[in-house]
Amino acid sequence: MRHLIDPLDFSVEEIDALLYLADQIAENPTAFQNVCAHKKLATLFYEPSTRTRLSFEAAMLNLGGSVLGFSSADSSSAAKGESVADTIRVISSYADIAAMRHPKEGAPLRAARYSRIPVINAGDGGHQHPTQTLTDLMTIRRRMGSLSDLTIGLCGDLKFGRTVHSLIKSLSRYPGIRFILISPEELRVPDYVISEVLEPKKIPYEQVTSLENAMPLLDILYMTRVQRERFFNEEDYIRLKDAYILTEKKMALAKPNMAVLHPLPRVNEIVLEVDDDPRAAYFEQAQNGVYVRMALIMTLLGLTK
Amino acid sequence: MLNIDSIRDGVVIDHIKAGTGMQIYHLANLDRLDCCVALIRNARSGKYGHKDIIKIEGLIDLDLDVLGYVDPDITVDTIRGGMIVEKKKLAKPRKLVNVIRCKNPRCITSDEEIEHIFYLSENGRYRCAYCEQEPNKPID
Repeated sequence: MRHLIDPLDFSVEEIDALLYLADQIAENPTAFQNVCAHKKLATLFYEPSTRTRLSFEAAMLNLGGSVLGFSSADSSSAAKGESVADTIRVISSYADIAAMRHPKEGAPLRAARYSRIPVINAGDGGHQHPTQTLTDLMTIRRRMGSLSDLTIGLCGDLKFGRTVHSLIKSLSRYPGIRFILISPEELRVPDYVISEVLEPKKIPYEQVTSLENAMPLLDILYMTRVQRERFFNEEDYIRLKDAYILTEKKMALAKPNMAVLHPLPRVNEIVLEVDDDPRAAYFEQAQNGVYVRMALIMTLLGLTK
Repeated sequence: MLNIDSIRDGVVIDHIKAGTGMQIYHLANLDRLDCCVALIRNARSGKYGHKDIIKIEGLIDLDLDVLGYVDPDITVDTIRGGMIVEKKKLAKPRKLVNVIRCKNPRCITSDEEIEHIFYLSENGRYRCAYCEQEPNKPID
């Protein structure tokens, strides 16, 4: 039985097959509307995450399956002190597959070790969010035609952004990838990303502070939010925050076929006018998130059209 | 040089980095043994300058993973009839269970009474099996 806990749990070949299936679903969703008839997805959300939970639920409903679960720890047996291991053993009797969001890092891995059904990590604290990574990969692949030979710009909070770390690890497995890491000094990627991922694989990367200077070089711009609470003082935040806001003026510097991604929710780091630019891919990304979760559910359940 | 009687049947933990013998003593639970145990600190060593040595009178099973984690250069000699019959060179173990504790307050190990498991990563550092953070300190 397979689970998806870490974005690297799947080989490059398995990811390619999954994204191919997601593309097929995107082209003709109605062809898949009964694939999961009589199957149940348990959404075990120990902390609120409306977007991810609804995306999973939409995916299962699109496949003709049913959904059950809880959307906060307060409404689950965790409030009574039940362990993750015990919860998943019980849920294994109720559902065919489970998606777990948990504030504690490693909780879905713990659950997978005791589960009799496939477990999908729907986000564990600041650690992993593999279905977001699959969503990002699908969007890049559909926009650029491949996951190879691309210059990827990651912008904003690269220190704490788990989606950034997972995306770097996943894209590092493809040939011809080059990263431009755009952030204030305070929010650069953690050292381990450099020492354990980029340098051992000899992947070209630059750490820069100017989004404007990087724009003309990029095939993909992955935006994240620079949050006020990440800074030691208000002065630094005010000095730096505008430098990492994507505007039409900055977009004018980019390649005509560049794509802008964002894991959402967006606050002010991409101005609203950019939404109308055909290079803005972030709402398409949210749609792809449903397709790729449909493909994932099918894959883990061993179902085909 | 200080003389400690040689042992007839027992174990000698040798080539311990000077100053870490006491840590080994506690981590290997040698304080719980009934037999005679000698910890020699700062013994002269041709190879290292100084080293610590632990001599245990009695053939016991040692947790070599613990020793390998603290100091992979340690050697463990088994003595029978006053002769060294086995000399084990240690290495960093691939997996550690309940030897070191995860320091990450956001890790599931901080929330539930479960084993603290660490794996050796490609760059030679240990990372928590659950949250991938590096370890804090040995479990007391």
